[in-house]
Amino acid sequence: MTAQSLTESPATPPLVERVRQDFPILEKTVHGHPLAYLDNAASIQRPLAVISRVDAYEREGHANIHRGVHTLSQSATEAYEAARAKVARFLGAQREEEIIFTRGATEAINLVAQSFARPRLREGDVILLTEMEHHANIVPWQMIAAATGARVVAAPVTEEGELDLERFGTLLREEPVKMCAVVHASNSLGTINPVQKLVELCKTAGVPVLVDIAQAVPHGLTGAYAAGADFVVFSGHKVFAPTGIGVLCGRYGTLETMPPYQGGGDMIERVSFAGTTFKAPPARFEAGTPHISGAIGLGAAIDYLDSLDLPALYAHESALLRYATQRAAELPGLRIWGTAPEKVAVFSFTLEGAHPHDIATFLDTDGIAVRAGHHCCQPLMQRLGIAGTARASFAFYNTFEEVDRLFRGLHRIARIFG
Amino acid sequence: MNAQLADLYQEIILRHHKSPHNCRALPEASHRSQGRNPVCGDEVEIYLNIEGGHIRGVTFQGQACAITRASASMLTEALLGKTTGEATAFAETLLKELRAADQTPEAPAHLNGDLRALFAVGRFPARIPCATLPWITLKAALAGQPRTLLSPSAK
Repeated sequence: MTAQSLTESPATPPLVERVRQDFPILEKTVHGHPLAYLDNAASIQRPLAVISRVDAYEREGHANIHRGVHTLSQSATEAYEAARAKVARFLGAQREEEIIFTRGATEAINLVAQSFARPRLREGDVILLTEMEHHANIVPWQMIAAATGARVVAAPVTEEGELDLERFGTLLREEPVKMCAVVHASNSLGTINPVQKLVELCKTAGVPVLVDIAQAVPHGLTGAYAAGADFVVFSGHKVFAPTGIGVLCGRYGTLETMPPYQGGGDMIERVSFAGTTFKAPPARFEAGTPHISGAIGLGAAIDYLDSLDLPALYAHESALLRYATQRAAELPGLRIWGTAPEKVAVFSFTLEGAHPHDIATFLDTDGIAVRAGHHCCQPLMQRLGIAGTARASFAFYNTFEEVDRLFRGLHRIARIFG
Repeated sequence: MNAQLADLYQEIILRHHKSPHNCRALPEASHRSQGRNPVCGDEVEIYLNIEGGHIRGVTFQGQACAITRASASMLTEALLGKTTGEATAFAETLLKELRAADQTPEAPAHLNGDLRALFAVGRFPARIPCATLPWITLKAALAGQPRTLLSPSAK
């Protein structure tokens, strides 16, 4: 008897079977197998509610916003602004005008770096990050560091993939930190950082803090702004909305002090060649025609989430992670990367003898989609001393049976490469 | 295992992956280059010792997948003893053929031996860059470029 058969797979709750019906793509087959989509941390799938809302807008509601007096332009503007209000409520913003629509979390971070941080930085100042940041929360800071003579310092991460809080606090106290940017939940390891504590430490040190909540939001962790972060950013496509839409949420008083990030239409009060005056936020930061259907899709995604029994679904997601973690013991060559006690449903691993890319190719032919590589976290991979990992990331529509299929695949890979 | 996958990870590839040939640094190398696939972060370093226009030593090192390791291992066997001109021509032809492998997945008739096995990547176009990386790096080494970056859209 193999270890494989010793673990009895739990039944997937009826609630989850019902939710799966909302996602047309989950009926797809890949290489002759039902799709097991375990790459949700890269991008999550869209429910019918979002697809239909965007479709209805394109068919019956499209016009440019904020400029026409005609009926369609007004209804498009209303739908776009209604989406802003939904996001504001979703994040616990104090007012709707604190929400700025961007192309994604990446653009939102670049906006804060260029428009907020850069004018405030002097030579020798420090921008404090952590070793577990996504490239999107490293490179924009390096760019403004190079332009201002500031330094980027990364707070260390332990072998278990946890932020070294003590060192983080020490760096805040001892270095001339003028800006801090941290991730709430790590996309590559799943670690959930103690965001309340991090925000408090920054507040005590008088340092403005941006929290990247792109990987936290899909798992119901939306509280960083309410916890006091100066800025939070996320991408729509990781939380059931279309690609190309994202959010920056910032304190209104702070946004008012910031110069525009890009110039163009829709962000000006008055333009003349003698000089141009800019609108107040959020319009100041939304130059040009925005991704109207994307914003409306994001609003529909939030409505969709509101319609669900989220506590039960997030509990299911955690159960999937626990089950995968428990089954990992069957494979002696399997090592889990990221063993923090608080994790989102990300299962990052290496398998002795098999490169992550080979693992991903093998699993793909079984219809199982996983990500392989450095997950846009090369400094973290260097810290852990590995080139990359294979990563299965779960959403609440995944099933225990899909985890079983993952492990059937991994057993086979271990036999071939071992 | 499905047939195409079996084709890609056939015995020959796995043997080169598990026990690659000439997988070590070459202290006496006259030429070397480090090639990198930015999409996955895989790296391979090719070392050449060229004397009198002939490749007298060729080795590789790197953190990479089975396809890249097997391709590099085969490269070291195929090029030993060739002139630099012959090696360049061989690499260029092979690169052209590998990049077209998704169109014509049969190995070209002029090849013999283990290299034929590499052409199974044609059925997994996303993995073609894994097979080409060592050969692109070889060309860079011959051209005296210490580093090569595979362009993200390249094969």
